Amino acid sequence: MEKMPKWADIFLIPVVSLILAAIFSAIVILAIGEDPWAAVKLMVKGALGSTYAWGYTLYYATNFIFTGLAVAVAFHARMFNIGGEGQAMLGGLGVALVCLYIPWPHWSLALIGASVGAALFGAAWAAIPAFLQAKRGSHIVITTIMFNFIANALLVYLLVNVLKPVGMMEPATSKFPKLIQLPSFRDMFSTADTIMFRGAPANITFFVAVAACVVVWLLIWRTRLGYELRAFGHSESAAKYAGINPTKIIMVSMLISGALAGMMAINNVMGEAERLVLNAVEGAGFIGIAVALMGRSHPFGVFLAALLFGFLYQGGAELALWTSIPREMIVVIQALVILFTGALDNMVRMPLEKLFFSLRRKPAAKPAAAE
Amino acid sequence: MTTPAIELKGISKAFGPVQANKDISIRVMPGTIHGIIGENGAGKSTLMSILYGFYKADAGEIWINGKKTEIPDSQHAIAAGIGMVFQHFKLVENFTVLENVVLGAEDGAMLRPSLAKARTQLKQLAEEYELNVDPDAVIEEIGVGMQQRVEILKALYRQADILILDEPTGVLTPAEADQLFRILGRLREEGKTIILITHKLREIMEITDTVSVMRRGEMTATVKTAETSPPELAELMVGRKVLLQVDKVPAKPGEMVLEVKNLSVTDSGGVQRVKNVSFNIRAGEILGIAGVAGNGQSELLEVLGGYEFGTGEVKINGEPIDLTGRHSNGQTRRERGIAHVPEDRQREGLIMDYMAWENIAFGYHHDPKYQKNRLFMDNAAIRADTADKMERFDVRPPNPMLQAKSFSGGNQQKIVVAREIERNPDLLLVGQPTRGVDIGAIEFIHKQIVALRDQGKAILLVSVELDEIMSLADRIAVMFDGKIMGERLPEKTNVKELGLLMAGVAGEAA
Amino acid sequence: MDLLTLLQVLDSTVRMATPLLLACLAGLFSERAGIFDIGLEGKMLVAAFLAAAIASVTGSAWLGLLAGIGASIVLAIVHGLASITFRGNQLISGVAINFFAAGITVVVAQSWFGQGGRTPQLGDGARFQSITLPFAESLSGVPLLGPIFKELISGHSILVYMAMLIVPLTWWVLYQTRFGLHLRAVGENPAAVDTAGISVVRLRYSAVLICGALCGIAGAQLATAEPAAGFIKDMTAGRGYIALAALIFAKWRPWYALMACLLFGFLQALELRPDLITNVIGIKVQGQLLSALPYIMTVVILAGFVGKAIPPRAGGEPYVKER
Repeated sequence: MEKMPKWADIFLIPVVSLILAAIFSAIVILAIGEDPWAAVKLMVKGALGSTYAWGYTLYYATNFIFTGLAVAVAFHARMFNIGGEGQAMLGGLGVALVCLYIPWPHWSLALIGASVGAALFGAAWAAIPAFLQAKRGSHIVITTIMFNFIANALLVYLLVNVLKPVGMMEPATSKFPKLIQLPSFRDMFSTADTIMFRGAPANITFFVAVAACVVVWLLIWRTRLGYELRAFGHSESAAKYAGINPTKIIMVSMLISGALAGMMAINNVMGEAERLVLNAVEGAGFIGIAVALMGRSHPFGVFLAALLFGFLYQGGAELALWTSIPREMIVVIQALVILFTGALDNMVRMPLEKLFFSLRRKPAAKPAAAE
Repeated sequence: MTTPAIELKGISKAFGPVQANKDISIRVMPGTIHGIIGENGAGKSTLMSILYGFYKADAGEIWINGKKTEIPDSQHAIAAGIGMVFQHFKLVENFTVLENVVLGAEDGAMLRPSLAKARTQLKQLAEEYELNVDPDAVIEEIGVGMQQRVEILKALYRQADILILDEPTGVLTPAEADQLFRILGRLREEGKTIILITHKLREIMEITDTVSVMRRGEMTATVKTAETSPPELAELMVGRKVLLQVDKVPAKPGEMVLEVKNLSVTDSGGVQRVKNVSFNIRAGEILGIAGVAGNGQSELLEVLGGYEFGTGEVKINGEPIDLTGRHSNGQTRRERGIAHVPEDRQREGLIMDYMAWENIAFGYHHDPKYQKNRLFMDNAAIRADTADKMERFDVRPPNPMLQAKSFSGGNQQKIVVAREIERNPDLLLVGQPTRGVDIGAIEFIHKQIVALRDQGKAILLVSVELDEIMSLADRIAVMFDGKIMGERLPEKTNVKELGLLMAGVAGEAA
Repeated sequence: MDLLTLLQVLDSTVRMATPLLLACLAGLFSERAGIFDIGLEGKMLVAAFLAAAIASVTGSAWLGLLAGIGASIVLAIVHGLASITFRGNQLISGVAINFFAAGITVVVAQSWFGQGGRTPQLGDGARFQSITLPFAESLSGVPLLGPIFKELISGHSILVYMAMLIVPLTWWVLYQTRFGLHLRAVGENPAAVDTAGISVVRLRYSAVLICGALCGIAGAQLATAEPAAGFIKDMTAGRGYIALAALIFAKWRPWYALMACLLFGFLQALELRPDLITNVIGIKVQGQLLSALPYIMTVVILAGFVGKAIPPRAGGEPYVKER
């Protein structure tokens, strides 16, 4: 029995949840003595008001598309991958190694190589938690969180002791060769007269991310693997009955998930910083969770949610610059979104269902279908 | 005239648009056993849940011993002297019998004194009603029969005068069921009032004094048991004349399809569930495996279905199949011509959130006719096939885009049956095919199984419903404690003999 | 390594184990009742912040403790609402609470104190100081037992002693009281509890509140007990998750929890003394490896290489009455 039209479930609940998150955020902003409405206006201007602003917003959105897709793919298999942060860090390592130690003749080849490197390293970092969940029943939420911490320690160690060029103070690698520099939006969209996206880090990786959305959509809903993934995500017992191998599904879903998270590094490590630095991921892995939940784990939803969070992130940076609202406010908003869309969704769903039921015309007494 | 122990006046309850109970009125006299019979979905459990305080009725009144009583929660029900023994026991598995009996009826905040007091009281009750239990036994280590006795003791410990039992014999052997009825008889002598909810006509005839029939949320009749008969009750249950037996021609067995030799299955906890089982099935015959649930039948189905491991020798059409799981699984079984209607359609046979068309491909999603090319599936082809099957198997509503959970139990089962039978398998495994299914669908599914047999296929039928086995099987094997206790022909045996085998009393060698 | 150094390490062990132990016991109550709580981290963090903040403003560590407990309980109620009343996904709720805590503590700290997300340094009156137990000095001359009493047992903040007492208290509540019986039952089979006429909702909320209170004490200990002197951004550093691993390691039992947390506390104490490891084993161990050790250990435990653990049967599942 359909309790609510499908569009309401897919669209209305996230929107209402978002409104609730916005209301609570506004309360917090008020409580620390700032004006929420002014904050919103500042955010809109700072994130959408110029091509420079859009350049940043889309740059961040690109990060979140990757990490969001990562969480979404795993979620379809009922795997809650909180390790996107660590997997993206390892992806950065993969990108750095590929870009520094292989002499690419052209940026397009380097891009392909870096994608492979990023995906491989990200997937590898997800492999151990996945294996432990599949074979030992170790809870993947806790293991992936632990691997985030371990990744951080590993990266610090490598950057300080191994990858840092001799004589440099800052724990970072050397800059990648200029030859393989990825085209930025500025390069791609400016003409001789009008320079657009000046100074903004948005680059060609954005289109790679969009392509990833399409590929993920095809994978999940059009292929046998996607069919098996979703079936397993709904019911492990049924999946076993149908001959679907639980270990295979857990491993494959997490490997793809880790690979997607790792690929975020193409955007920030190769596309923007052009070297590997400490704390390159900066929480994007966690925002991916909020993005996947808001986007209901659907690539199109993830795309929209990533844009939203890109807006919030850039807007939040502007707020931190011009007001006393610190950057951590974004973390609060992200947490509220996760809370309302992920855990309190029944709080939104139940009244909406009652509303739809009362709007329905025929309260026909159907024979009791369940007992 | 004596006051009724329970009187329900005009009870109605709706869940959304579904009217589970419509204007129900019953009167149960003290010191009697009253049966309530009806199909799945008729509203029996809802009614009892209202009586026990789980749900609040939308309309109507409850009168206990001549007094109008409000029952907003279980505590009030218990205070009113109502005790309920649920179909699925409400016991804490790793607590002892004593702890379970005392839970919620403790005397004070400290445990030790409560337990001491309960122990003496429990001993008294046990002696009085011949309900022998070991107070320090841990629930997960005692048998189902004793667990049920604990449930009854729980109610008696709380001074219940009215006992409601919901489908109590589902997990019992015929002998254990008899023992239960003896206990109920004793309780009746002591003046207790008992309500027995069941779908088994035979039990109603055997033990009840009066019986009410429910159909589609309404009470269609209340009669004295002595004045009615099973066919009459069945007709009241369904609303039309019901075929209680399946029409079938004698079997014409052909080639050997399934050969099982020394099959053993050990579960993940190290317990051997199937112990050296051997049997054969030929083409064109139905082998029915009878037995109380939990005696290895489920594991037998799982290992033949490919998602459990075992040792021994199993051959399909003369070729061995791998039982270790290293070279085979559910997929390879299907490729070998084995189809499987599992015991639990909601947990295994279907993905409840998948739409009907996605479920039709379930288990067969590698089938080339469902693929567009090497990369992608052909969703349109699957949907067309689904519409086709739904029509042939009379699935209602015939909508491939509807989620499985939106179909009734009977229609869900028809989807599974349609999917498996239409694969034209050499061997069909069927577990509990009509559990939770309405009578109309039961008839349909039984006909389908027999039709498949008549096409020359082999069928392994596992069921806890002895009537179903007697009606459908050409040969019957009884399982107890993982072993086959004996094989019989249905026309040469009876419920009593099968019941003994089901209880582990060895008969002639199989 | 001499006795004094060993005692110093063990002393640090006890001190570092305390917030883990409190969080672990908090998780124990919650999970025994069937509510999976991954938000121990967040609750500790807000408690640490508010305890330090109030202690700083009022000059009283005890007021800080109360405030910290209050903050933790507020988040516990949110988790309870999401898990019990709205039957939502308990994992997501916990994760959200952790993020929320990470963000809000910095936002408010910055707003109140303007020191970049930390609280001002706490003076001696405003924090829980080490208590010298009676006779510690006078008995210190006694061979072996004297130094043990003085260095290891005496000299902790009162919260440490409280935590140690809460272990037997927890055992007693769980196994000797009616409430404990109900609590354990509701985590195994809530339907059994419901049909016995006991409120599942009330039991679970009780567990959640106890969890909140204990996390509150944990956070206060972290930020306001000597030698700590205030709140720093993200100061819990994964302790909430380590406490969960300890809980699984301890098979959800109070006394085993104490031992598990002491083990983790020991690892964290070692991190402060890398020179010791070099002295004892002879190899120089990198700082990063040491800092990652507790997390690696958690994974190893979860991988079940130290025995299989069976959680409460009804854990993590919202209770819905059967239809």
